[in-house]
Amino acid sequence: MIGEGIQSTNQRKHSYVQDRVEVGFFTDPSVCIGCKACEVACKEWNQVPDDGFTWSGNSYDNTGHLGASTWRHVMFLEQDRQKGNQITGPMGLTEAEDPFRWVFLSDVCKHCEEAGCLEACPTGSIVRTEVGSVLVQNDVCNGCGYCVVSCPFGVIDRRPEPLPDAGGAFKCTFCYDRQKSGLVPACAKVCPTESIVFGRLDDLRARGAERVQQLQQSGYNDAQLYDPTETSVRGIHAFFLILGEPEAYGLPPKPQIPTIYLKSAWTSAFATAIASLIAALAAFAFFS
Amino acid sequence: MTSNSPSEKRLEELREQAWKDGVVPGKGVDVAGGPIPRQPGYYGQPVVKPPVWTWEIPFYFFIGGAGGMSAVIASAAFTFHHVDLARAAMWLAAAGSILSPILLIMDLGRPRLFINMLRVFKPQSAMSMGVWILVMFITCVVPGLIALELHALQVFTGPMDQLLRIAASFLIFGSAIFGMLLATYTGVLIGATAIPAWFLHRVLLPIHFGTAGLGSAAALLELLGHRIAALNALGYYAAAVESALLIWLSVDKHGAADRAIHEHASGWLIRIGEILTGPLALVLRLFSLVPFAAISFLIGALVSRFGWIAVGKVSGSDPESVFAAEHY
Ligand code: SF4
Ligand code: SF4
Repeated sequence: MIGEGIQSTNQRKHSYVQDRVEVGFFTDPSVCIGCKACEVACKEWNQVPDDGFTWSGNSYDNTGHLGASTWRHVMFLEQDRQKGNQITGPMGLTEAEDPFRWVFLSDVCKHCEEAGCLEACPTGSIVRTEVGSVLVQNDVCNGCGYCVVSCPFGVIDRRPEPLPDAGGAFKCTFCYDRQKSGLVPACAKVCPTESIVFGRLDDLRARGAERVQQLQQSGYNDAQLYDPTETSVRGIHAFFLILGEPEAYGLPPKPQIPTIYLKSAWTSAFATAIASLIAALAAFAFFS
Repeated sequence: MTSNSPSEKRLEELREQAWKDGVVPGKGVDVAGGPIPRQPGYYGQPVVKPPVWTWEIPFYFFIGGAGGMSAVIASAAFTFHHVDLARAAMWLAAAGSILSPILLIMDLGRPRLFINMLRVFKPQSAMSMGVWILVMFITCVVPGLIALELHALQVFTGPMDQLLRIAASFLIFGSAIFGMLLATYTGVLIGATAIPAWFLHRVLLPIHFGTAGLGSAAALLELLGHRIAALNALGYYAAAVESALLIWLSVDKHGAADRAIHEHASGWLIRIGEILTGPLALVLRLFSLVPFAAISFLIGALVSRFGWIAVGKVSGSDPESVFAAEHY
């Protein structure tokens, strides 16, 4: 039996969709073993096509980043730091203490509280579900590509030819189809260490805070939660525990939803429009 | 195999290199800094996604800008009884209003689902607002042009002609309102995104796109043979504003966050575009080389639209630009 067994929120049936309960993912790299079961489960369940195979750096990362055909992405960080109370020794040719750590984190769409992709979508293809997740309705999306530049986390992308269903925008669905039937998202279901935990958002937030404390006490001084509640994104439903700075994970330290830029941009647009009209009228009034 | 065959020489070289440097890097193997990667962020991967848009979108920015502002000129010309000029400008506006949606649809990943954009009206999405502005523009321009032509060609007489004149003036004014929004909203469209080099210049972008549209419309009309002082004045105005924006852009720098505007090929496109629409067009006008000024402005306006999309691709692919933008 793994973890809490069938008592775990990752394994038991639920009725969150019917009860309209906000749910989330808590992803914890301190227990992740980098097995990529989540990536595989996601691809298999959602029938996401193969989109190439390239290694990053010296690591075992062969997917690079989230995209139209990568909805879970296991990151392999190589850092010259200690991991908790890890004992370090000389590495390579020198005798100096040379700490090295490997951190695995399964990245996913953040299902933002204020989602840039959702606000930007001009077709209404992207919607908020009963459980608070952000869903792209593939049959509505016309592939305008505006969500792609409006996601502050670089998650959603337009799927290129010649892949199946090309031209539309794709990202993690939070396995909305499974959730409607009381099932747990595929990635959380298969995670052998419960590095990915699925459950009620409020429970998860409490669990995350507790886990950070636990880790700090056992020497992981740089453990922190990544959940930008202080910025205009106002928190994410799929949040992470990270060791070290968000930048190393390719996570923006202060993500902002682009709609906060609308006011100044529209003001400038209206001012320019009116100035142009006045210029045209003045030109004809004074120069003809 | 002799000892000085090329393959043996290569092995000798490798041995020398190994002795000298302590490491022999191979193709595709990342050894910079040993086992720890030294690229910014996560293996230098982009933090936000660069735009997927291709040539249709910058071209649409150009056509929509020129077409939209043509309607503004048409409205002013009609108000001051330059009916011929108003007709030419309305033809330009109509051409723009037909080409714009074609370009926009061509760029979609699924062109057949274009109509889904008309399902929703979403003030918080600049793309949605733009589509509605375009729809309203077409709705005003096409009947406006027809009414204007019927009036100008005196097809009807008496009260019917009076009615047509009034209808034309309303529709042309409507075209001007939606046209000026069509030319400027594109700056909002890319300014309100997660791409650092774009959102850091969200105030400049609508001014630039709108003014480039106005200048392009005037330049096109001048090239069509309408060499009048009013259009020349508008040409001066647009070139002067563009020159000021050139200065603004070179002063308002944000380091790594918007380096795509000042470095790389994208930076050159911006610079060339700004010089052609700004100082060069201004100088050519001062020397009364109006057609050259018009051509310079048009090329600059087109190049700079491509430049801004290129800037978005470079800036969006650059993780450091996102990290640097956090400090502003
Ligand atoms: S992370 Fe990006 S794609 Fe996911 S909900 Fe937020 S804005 Fe949308
Ligand atoms: S690409 Fe599709 S999902 Fe994204 S904004 Fe456009 S219509 Fe919406």
